Amino acid sequence: MEKFSQKSPWQQFWYDPKKRGYFFQFLVFFAIFGLGTVLVTNTQENLARQSIASGFSFLGQEAGFEISESSIEYWADDSYQLALFVGILNTFKVAIIGNFLAIILGIFVGIFRLSPNWLLSKLSESYIELARNIPLLLQLFFWYAVFTEIFPDVKESLNPIPGVFISQRGFFFPIFKEHFIWKWVWMTFIGGGLLTYGTSLFLNKLREKTGEKKSLLPFGLLFLFVVPILIWFFGGAPHELDIPQLGGFNFSGGMTLTPEFVALMLGLVIYAGAFNGEIVRAGIESVSRGQWEASQALGLSRWQTLRLVVLPQSLRVIIPPMTSQVLNLIKNSSLAVGIGYPDFVAVANTTMNQTGQAIEAVILIMGVYLFFSLSTSFVMNRYNRSQQLKERGA
Amino acid sequence: MNLKYTKNPEKRSLPLMQGLAVWMKKNLFSTPLNSAISLVLLGLLFKALGPLFYWLVVNSTWEGTAQTCRHNDGACLVFIKEKFVFILFGFYPRELLWRPVVAISLFIGLCLYSRDVKRWNKLLLWRWLKLILLCAFLLKGGLFGFEAVSMDRWGGLPLTLILAFIGLIFSYPIGILLALARTGSLPLIKALSVSYIELIRGVPMISLLFMASVMFPLFMPDGIVLPKLLRAQIAIIMFMSAYMAEVVRGGLAAVDKGQYEAADALGLMYWQKMLKVILPQALKIVIPPTVNTAIGMFKDTSLVVIIALSDLLMTTKTSLKDPKWLGFSVEAYLFAALIYFIFCFSMSRYSKRLEQVFSYGGRS
Repeated sequence: MEKFSQKSPWQQFWYDPKKRGYFFQFLVFFAIFGLGTVLVTNTQENLARQSIASGFSFLGQEAGFEISESSIEYWADDSYQLALFVGILNTFKVAIIGNFLAIILGIFVGIFRLSPNWLLSKLSESYIELARNIPLLLQLFFWYAVFTEIFPDVKESLNPIPGVFISQRGFFFPIFKEHFIWKWVWMTFIGGGLLTYGTSLFLNKLREKTGEKKSLLPFGLLFLFVVPILIWFFGGAPHELDIPQLGGFNFSGGMTLTPEFVALMLGLVIYAGAFNGEIVRAGIESVSRGQWEASQALGLSRWQTLRLVVLPQSLRVIIPPMTSQVLNLIKNSSLAVGIGYPDFVAVANTTMNQTGQAIEAVILIMGVYLFFSLSTSFVMNRYNRSQQLKERGA
Repeated sequence: MNLKYTKNPEKRSLPLMQGLAVWMKKNLFSTPLNSAISLVLLGLLFKALGPLFYWLVVNSTWEGTAQTCRHNDGACLVFIKEKFVFILFGFYPRELLWRPVVAISLFIGLCLYSRDVKRWNKLLLWRWLKLILLCAFLLKGGLFGFEAVSMDRWGGLPLTLILAFIGLIFSYPIGILLALARTGSLPLIKALSVSYIELIRGVPMISLLFMASVMFPLFMPDGIVLPKLLRAQIAIIMFMSAYMAEVVRGGLAAVDKGQYEAADALGLMYWQKMLKVILPQALKIVIPPTVNTAIGMFKDTSLVVIIALSDLLMTTKTSLKDPKWLGFSVEAYLFAALIYFIFCFSMSRYSKRLEQVFSYGGRS
């Protein structure tokens, strides 16, 4: 007993886990603090030597560069701020469309992969292995090269359907001529979508209360199609087409998908679709065979079983890894800079090269993506919670 | 009668053609829908593979010049013949080419040798260490009468392998430390680790490479200049460590709680507990996802193209700029894709095999 009570103060300190913990934390804190101080002073000295002013005041200056595609009005004499915002919108556009297509592709590929049809399953497997094991940037370069080298010059554009042209400069196809009523049609369509969603929630509540199941279909048709079509009809039913015309060196009019955008979409969707497919397959396989057999015993077809029994259960397994895939696609869209699509990183890169504000540009890039990542994972986590098994309430 | 056991009695009894018919009936034409799908797919396959076959085999050019290639419609394999040394080794001096060739052969040889789990022991670790030193010496030179080759002439496949492999051997231990910090009980260290991991995982790798190429020089005191390769390597390590940390954390969580309690009950200190009891089990559980992360890292090294380091993808891109050989991008990218595919696909197959090896006997 004597021995234990006669510890030196050092031993008393060292063998107390709590105190030892404090010690280590202080150590780490000072190490990081010291490193930070060294880096900051070095940076300040270097910036002073190169006489670069730090801070974000450059955002208000005139950008002076064109951006090849933009969802809002932007000219070269607008500010850096606006240029960067155009970049954010482009990234956002790519992320939304890309994820939408990649998830749909993934669902199909995942289901095909498990098909009893040998050919279908093997083809899906080959696609998955091929797309997953080649770097995305290489795939992007490849698709871009296909556009610029294989597709013909503007003058000799392919013309598969009247009005649609394919050339090195991208896809060109007709759209409806501008008319004030189109804006209203779109607005009622979006409003109709919200209304349909609300109705589905209401019908679910009603079913929980009364047990009576009402079909959503007539409401959906009414809100999404009948009302917008009526508005279009009474607005004068404009149907004039704006057809792309070859003039000089390029097409004018109609709608254009640039080769950069198409190559980026192809690359991102094909790459992410393969990963999504594997996730969906794993999710479906996680549902026990008993569920398939029970559905078969109830007389459901294979497709009904998949849609009504298996997929809803596999969602619980699918959503968490799918969330990180959605985030990956958003982050991977930054590779757009490699093929010259003006996404946020590309615009920030140009800004950095013009102003020399390296630190600010990198901080901006990181901040914007962090915001995208955090908000996406917030939304997906909420969706995940809504899909989890509801167990006995606590 | 000589009855032998075979797995599939149907197969045993049927002659080849009939067996094929049965197989096709079962796998391709089991229902009307399936038959329709199979026929459509076969049609599409012919439509797609036919032109590809013509392009790659029938109409391809094996001899001649760029002119011959442009004259023929098919793939220009002369281009690959002309450029593959450059694509694989970049600007490495031509007369010293045997050095990277030997280094890569040794590296791949030792990789193949280490495939077998039974060979994983301390001796193998020593061999790897020796190999790394030997390869570094072969590439760099400058001793024993070997001509020195400066780092900015390294390129192509060796550079890609260096970035990936060095990235792996550094990010793995750092990842383990981060995971331990994140699961540990010290609040400050935990907070630091969590914010580092989540920050890195929330931003694209490109932003880290930008940081490496434009911000690291500002961090350094005056007069010290790190080579670009080293800066990119640091960025890759920083990036992958966060992902490795999450993989290891999965392993730490998967170890039975009883193991932690038993180690505590034996009176082991924290590091003893972790090094001798928990980590050996945790790391073993997560070997397959670790390999998958390594594959991801191998693919991600191609991003250094954006900051103009001459890795395999960059040399491919550069080879296309030769004015004599303009317009053969598809061939060049397919060639590079094939190399990446061979590496990644064999790694992913290997990861699947490891999964099987470790799925039973997990306790041994």
